[in-house]
Amino acid sequence: MPDAAGLDLIAEQLTAVDDACLTGHGFDRGHAELQIDPAKNIQVLQWLQQRGFTFLASVHGVDYYPHEPRLGVVYELLDMQTVDRVSVKARVSTAAPEIDSAVPIWPGANADEREVYDMFGVIFVGHPDLRRILMPEDYEGFPQRRDFPIGGEPVLFTHNEHGYGEDR
Amino acid sequence: MSTVSDYRRHEESVTYSSELSGSGESHELLTINFGPVHPSTHGVLRLYATLEGEIVRDIQPVIGYLHTGIEKTAEDKSYWKAIPVVERMDYLSYYFNAMAYCGAVEQLLELEVPKRAQYLRVIHLELDRLMSHMIWIGTFALDLGAISPIFYCFRQRELLLDLFEMSSGQRMHTRYFQVGGVAEDIPQGFRQKLQQYLDQAPAVFDMLADLFENNEIVLQRLRNVGAISQQTALDLGVTGPLLRATGNPWDLRKAAPYSSYDDFDFKIPVGTVGDNYDRFRVRHAELYESVKIIQQALDGLPDGPYIADDRKVVLPPRHELATSMEALIHHFKLVTEGFRVPEGESYYPVESPRGELGCFVRADGSAKPARVHMRDPSFHNLQALAPMVRDGYLADFIATLAALDPIIGGVDR
Repeated sequence: MPDAAGLDLIAEQLTAVDDACLTGHGFDRGHAELQIDPAKNIQVLQWLQQRGFTFLASVHGVDYYPHEPRLGVVYELLDMQTVDRVSVKARVSTAAPEIDSAVPIWPGANADEREVYDMFGVIFVGHPDLRRILMPEDYEGFPQRRDFPIGGEPVLFTHNEHGYGEDR
Repeated sequence: MSTVSDYRRHEESVTYSSELSGSGESHELLTINFGPVHPSTHGVLRLYATLEGEIVRDIQPVIGYLHTGIEKTAEDKSYWKAIPVVERMDYLSYYFNAMAYCGAVEQLLELEVPKRAQYLRVIHLELDRLMSHMIWIGTFALDLGAISPIFYCFRQRELLLDLFEMSSGQRMHTRYFQVGGVAEDIPQGFRQKLQQYLDQAPAVFDMLADLFENNEIVLQRLRNVGAISQQTALDLGVTGPLLRATGNPWDLRKAAPYSSYDDFDFKIPVGTVGDNYDRFRVRHAELYESVKIIQQALDGLPDGPYIADDRKVVLPPRHELATSMEALIHHFKLVTEGFRVPEGESYYPVESPRGELGCFVRADGSAKPARVHMRDPSFHNLQALAPMVRDGYLADFIATLAALDPIIGGVDR
C-alpha cells in the first residue's frame, strides 16, 4: 500500500496531467483509494500502469444504494516492484451505467468485466464479448444490486411444473 | 515438441484456401462440446473446443454451472455468520477463504490479532495448502492416465483432515478462523500428531516425485506442453504456482507478509519454462516449504491468547457467562445482532494454493457486510487456458487443464 503521503503524491501528479479526472482520494485503515471520473477511467488506468501499477488484480462492482450515483466499479491495481496496491473507483448511475472497458490494456479484465455486467448491469463499452458469465444467458435482472431480493426466485420441480401460485 | 512440429508441417501443406476450393470436409474445423459434467473438468466446467484434426485451435470456457450466489448470501448475514458461507467458495482452500475474509474485516475494525493466533493460522493455512496440493497431484496424475499417485495422495490428505478434525471438529469447511483469531486453542495431543505427520511427510513427497520423475511417459507428456510466457500470465491476471512456473517469484507470503509469515524461513520455488512440468515441479517443491513453515511455527508457537480480547467483537469465554452479567450481555448481543463494523472498504489478499485470493469487503456501519467480493485465483487463471492449449494436442489439453488446477467452486462462487 502506498501510505497516505504517497497517495497524495499520486493524486497530485494525476491532477497535474488532467485536473478533472480525479474526484477525490482517501487513505483509510490501510486501504488507498482514488475516486475517478468514469468518463476518464482508461486515461487514469493507463497513467497508473505506466507509473508501475502493471498488474490488475481484480475488477469488481459495488452497489452504494441508496447513495447516488449508485454503482461503483473498483479496479484493484498492484505494483509488483514496490508492492503497492491502490484501488481505483469509478461511480456510475443506474440510469446510464456505462464505462469504457479495460480489456485493451489488461486482457485479464475480460472475465471480471463480464461478471460486473452480469451482477450489476454495468455496460463496458468496447468489451469484446460482453455477455452474462455466471448467471444463465436468459436471466433477467442484476442479482448483486442491493434492491434485488434474496431468495425470491421460484425453482421448477415436478410438483410445480405447471406454474406457480395462481397460474397453477 | 518435435511430434507437434511434424504434425504442423503436415498441416501447413494443407491450406485453408485449398479447403475453400473444395478439398473436402476432412480439413474442416470441428467444434465440440466438452462437459459440463465430465470427470476431467474437476467439477462442472463446460468448454467449447475448436479442433482441427487432433490439434486444439481454440477453447472457450463456459462457467456458471456451480454459481451459488455466495456473495449475495453473505450480504444477508452478520459478519461472523458470513464466515461459513465464504469458506464454501473454493472448497479445497477453506482456511484461505476464511483468512481473506477475516483479514478484510479485521482491517476494517483495526483489530490486532494475537501472536499465537497468527501462528495457529499459519499452521492451518499451510496444512490446507498441503491438502490442496495433495489433491492436485493425485488428480493431475489421474488425468495423465496414472492411477497409483492418487491413493498415496488421498492417504496423506486423510492424515491432514484428521488434524483439522482434531483442532476444529470438522474435516472440511472447519470455520476455525474467527474475526480476531481462531475459534479454539489446539487440543492436547495435536502437537504430537502434527509432529508425526511432519516427520513422515517429506518421504512421501520424495516417493511422489519418483513416481513422476522416473516415468519417461509422464515426462514426455509434461515437458514443453502448455507453456505460456511470463508477460502473458501477468496480462491475464494469472497468479500463484502458474505464474511462478514462468519464472516470476511473486508470492504474497514473501512480498507482502500477513499473519507473521515474515517470521519464518522458507523459499519460493520458481520454474523456468512455464510448461506443465514446471507447474508440477513448483507445486511439488512448495510441499517441502510448507512442511518447513509448519515445523517452524510449531516449534516457535508463542504462549498467550488464541483470540483477540475485544469484547465488542469476540465472544466471551464460556466460563464467564455463569458469573458475569456483562459477559452475558456481550454474548447475547454478539450472537443475536453481531458486531458492527465502522463504514469503509478494504481489500485483503492472501496467497492461496492457486494464487492471489483477495477479499473485498464494504462495511456500511451495520452488522452485515454491504458487499463481499472474492477475487478468486481460479476465476482469473482459467482465462489463461486458451493461450496454454492453443495449437497443442487434444490429449495435452486435458493435462493442461488439470495442471491449471481450477476449482469450479471458486470460479463460479
